[in-house]
Amino acid sequence: MAVSERTTGTPQPIGFSRSPWGRIGMVLRWIALFIAVVLFLLPFYLILRNALSTEADITAPSWTLFPNHLQWGNISELFNDTQVPMARALYNSAVVGVLGTAGQLLLASMAGYGLARIPYRHADKIFYAIVATLMIPAAVTFIPSFIVVSSLGWVSSLRGLIIPTLFSGFAAFLFRQYFLGFPKELEEAARVDGAGHFGVFWRIVVPNSLPFFAALAAITFIGNWNSFLWPLVIGQDSSSWTIQVAMSTFVTAQTINIHELFMAVAVSIVPLVLIFAFLQRYLIQGVTQSGIKD
Amino acid sequence: MSAPTKTPSAADSVTTGERRRPRRRRQKGIAGNTLWFWVFVGPFVLGLLVFSYLPIIWSLILSFFEAYNTATPSKFVGLQNYVDMLKDHNFISSLGTFTIFAVFIVPLTFALSLALALLVNQVKIARAFFRSVFFLPTACSYVVASLIWRLSIFNGVRFGLANTVLGWLGIDNIAWLSTVSPPWYWLPLVTVRLWLQLGFYMILFIAGLQRISPTLYEAAYVDGAKPGWQVFRYITLPQLRATSVAVLILNLIAAYQAFDEFYNLIGNVNYARPPLVYLYSISLGSIQDLGHGSAGALILAVIIMIVTLLQGRILGFGRAGD
Repeated sequence: MAVSERTTGTPQPIGFSRSPWGRIGMVLRWIALFIAVVLFLLPFYLILRNALSTEADITAPSWTLFPNHLQWGNISELFNDTQVPMARALYNSAVVGVLGTAGQLLLASMAGYGLARIPYRHADKIFYAIVATLMIPAAVTFIPSFIVVSSLGWVSSLRGLIIPTLFSGFAAFLFRQYFLGFPKELEEAARVDGAGHFGVFWRIVVPNSLPFFAALAAITFIGNWNSFLWPLVIGQDSSSWTIQVAMSTFVTAQTINIHELFMAVAVSIVPLVLIFAFLQRYLIQGVTQSGIKD
Repeated sequence: MSAPTKTPSAADSVTTGERRRPRRRRQKGIAGNTLWFWVFVGPFVLGLLVFSYLPIIWSLILSFFEAYNTATPSKFVGLQNYVDMLKDHNFISSLGTFTIFAVFIVPLTFALSLALALLVNQVKIARAFFRSVFFLPTACSYVVASLIWRLSIFNGVRFGLANTVLGWLGIDNIAWLSTVSPPWYWLPLVTVRLWLQLGFYMILFIAGLQRISPTLYEAAYVDGAKPGWQVFRYITLPQLRATSVAVLILNLIAAYQAFDEFYNLIGNVNYARPPLVYLYSISLGSIQDLGHGSAGALILAVIIMIVTLLQGRILGFGRAGD
């Protein structure tokens, strides 16, 4: 390789080798990176291609890279299909996503603040009782939770979709850890001015913690929007399907319209792509904060 | 616990007269605090009791009863549900399915997400672009990814992308999701999860890499460590231990709870059915057998907790060793 014969006098940054093997390694790394990018973007290409193709183009024996005539009509076909309650499912998902996220953050942040800052004799015991629920794998509780929700008469309702998911021990734990590190001086200054716990929390602590709230909100919203098992268990009636349940039912149906289904996929990821475009910084913070528990 | 706060300690050198006043004021404050504590924490704890503790206790009770289509059964059967589940060939084989899945997915996720993090971290240009590309699939749900995999990439007919590529190479179509020997269905099942979760774990590793002090690398450079494998083996990898433990444990717990992609890619079939899909089918299918379902869920919960503790113990001991 021609590259390896060249010698440079300038010091290399740490981690980069001047040796020929180092250069070959560098080239190999770029090739690996390029292949990875192609593989990761491939499914997104397939979503766009199939969503904007005719059924005949998709099922044609030879692969068409991209449809010649973009079938924007697939959008109206999807929303006019009476067999798939698409608009209703999007509405349900939006309600579940927004109310579920807001409710979970409100409850968990107040609990976390109480545990971190309000002295109470049994606060430790309460904290352990909350942390103990983290030991229980979330997904295996769907059967017992279904039993409770069905005896409340909440099956196939938005209440049943949202309320049982609001009490996240993990979110409360994260908020407690965060508030323990919140600068006490700020709170004390407000307390001198006569503010109580409630005033301090809402007027000082929350406004100064918005990045943390945004990070958890982004990750919670994505989790709610994409969640499948619980909505599947609760949504026994098509009026309470979320977008994920609707798409899943759609694919296991007898006849499949691939182009329509992929248009549904494209529509369903729009809100999340927007979050990725505008809130990625918070999202990455959310992942790093919530990913490592200890 | 409450005794020391009520009686002044004998070791206290201050006179009782001086102590009494501030103590009284503090106790009044504590009463107000107790009220505020419950205002803040109460709603959350109440919800946790109803939607976390109550279901588990109810489920424990149900697991000792014969409970077909009812959540308030009357026929007590003792441990029979547990015995049935442990003898149930389908349940045992679902645990086997999970084990095979974990053997593939855990090491692959670990190695590939670390590799992506190292690649992205070394890039000097457009780093944010590469990071975003690998992180973007996190925006997709398992349902979305399963649809793409099932209908477009690994569609068993000729127009599926995988079969199209094989066709260019002159190889016959493969029915990816229904071929049992060789078990091709593992390829879509494993790759779909890799695509969805690698970016998430990559972000964790990048955060870990950025916490490593540059002085360590400088010291290694001065000491003559060869860049590349030596530096990676003796500096980077040990420094990433906490992140690595977190990634392995999170990943294994998530794998045990695999449901979405199995349900949407191949459905309830006996050759590749993980525990949750089986439990779902017996407890919320046409016959709602909540007794056996609860017993199975509790067995699975205990297995997950034991494996998590063991894994934490083993990896934790490793940390104490160095």
